[in-house]
Amino acid sequence: MDNKFNMTVKNCDLYYGDFHALKNVSMDIDEHEVTALIGPSGCGKSTFIRIFNRMNDLVEGCRVTGDIRIGGRNIFDKSTDVPLLRKNVGMVFQKPNPFPMSVYDNIAFAPRTFGMGGIKKRRELDAVVERSLKQAGLWDEVKDRLRKNAMGLSGGQQQRLCIARALAAEPKILLMDEPTSALDPISTGIIEDLINELKVNYTIVIVTHNMQQATRISDKTAFFLLGEVVEYGSTEEVFTKPQNKKTENYITGRFG
Amino acid sequence: MRTKAHKRKVLKYVCLKIAALCGLAISLAALVSVIVFVLMRGLPYVNAQLLFGDYGKSPSIKPAFAGTMYLIVISIAIAAPVGIGSAIFLTEYTNSKSRLIKIIRVATETLAGIPSIVYGIFGYLVFVAALGLKYSLIGGGITLAVMILPVIVRSTEESLLAVPKSLREGSYALGSSKVRTIFSVVLPCAASGIVTSLILAVGRVISESAVLILTIGMVVNKMPENFASPGTSLALDVYYFGSHGYPEQAAATGAVLLVLVMSINALATVLGKIFGKGELVNG
Repeated sequence: MDNKFNMTVKNCDLYYGDFHALKNVSMDIDEHEVTALIGPSGCGKSTFIRIFNRMNDLVEGCRVTGDIRIGGRNIFDKSTDVPLLRKNVGMVFQKPNPFPMSVYDNIAFAPRTFGMGGIKKRRELDAVVERSLKQAGLWDEVKDRLRKNAMGLSGGQQQRLCIARALAAEPKILLMDEPTSALDPISTGIIEDLINELKVNYTIVIVTHNMQQATRISDKTAFFLLGEVVEYGSTEEVFTKPQNKKTENYITGRFG
Repeated sequence: MRTKAHKRKVLKYVCLKIAALCGLAISLAALVSVIVFVLMRGLPYVNAQLLFGDYGKSPSIKPAFAGTMYLIVISIAIAAPVGIGSAIFLTEYTNSKSRLIKIIRVATETLAGIPSIVYGIFGYLVFVAALGLKYSLIGGGITLAVMILPVIVRSTEESLLAVPKSLREGSYALGSSKVRTIFSVVLPCAASGIVTSLILAVGRVISESAVLILTIGMVVNKMPENFASPGTSLALDVYYFGSHGYPEQAAATGAVLLVLVMSINALATVLGKIFGKGELVNG
């Protein structure tokens, strides 16, 4: 991949078996922006972001058509190195999913996959772990318990651990699938602040059910409904003067 | 009306509770009486000569200890890698809905239900006779491996399936290959279940006798020299002593065997708890 990591999607259709989950979706996402995907449950938002790191490959009977490019390269090309793609396109899930191992080993997981395994690289690895935890705002809370099992952290800490774990792979793009829906308001606030800091260095696509969250953190917003993109534009415009009646109904809480 | 219905409900509840308590009491009593009876009859005859002495005028179970150890090593060394490998293949590499997998599942369940004497005759015909291993610990060990294999496959499969999908996804999302996901995330998470199932398999090996009557030769009075020697096991010694005029030694060996199997089961529980700490509990 070259150095640019903008994402372009043209005429993307996605099927789960016979179910047509995404219908002719086209969207351009620029670098260093936060794009929020909103819409009612089951409208295809999560399915859509899982295209970019090809997590849909893991779903049996899932078929994707269309032209999906990151940095100009078609990621569904046969020559795509899927592990490398996933290294560059990190993902944070709805429910925190730390591995049942130490905090340190969690963060070191991806670096070790990509050649930082040996004892010689120990110092380098220590540095990556510290930097990633600092980026995720978790360092001060866990620096004395790096060897303790990550399952002992609170829910909010676990989610920031998962963010740090994704950052340790040194991605360019961060996909976040409702990262705060399982968290309390304080942890949510911390993670939103974090997203605002991270967008300097990363391109972030975030799925959210929380309208206020979308307005607080995103530059652009896309409204999904039944597998289609109804409206896509700058967050301010989508929320203040939506072009489509359906968008207006949704953001004013009249349905969904 | 209401009070009548209520009274009936209470009565029903009390009856069920008494029935459940009776069931519990009977099963507990059966277990306790077996243990107490075997230990009371056996323990007085457990002595140094029986446990560690050379087999001379009076019998010793030293050869049986050695034989049992050989059998455990052989059967686990074969069945553990094959069984765990098959379980990994079944859960991680195949579509759980495919017909082949269903057939394999039914086959493993059927294998687990086959009477052990049938495994014994199979082992005798195949390993002892056809493959020329003769009456030997290795012949019996391989037969035992075949016998415990389906049990190991089933329980390992269950442990692997219990690992949440979210952990596998988390690993793949970090760019891990399938192999790295399996070895670094899935297997460590399932370790407690797998270790427990292996220990329980050891318990089955120790307590098995029917298979061994037909395969290892029941040589009770000689220490086995190596894997290819004929030999005996603790469970076989009980049978041998009992049917050859040593009822006291049979009772004593039975007590030793019982204590051994109970400690193995306790070990499985304890290890399961230790390994299981902090695992798979999210949030």
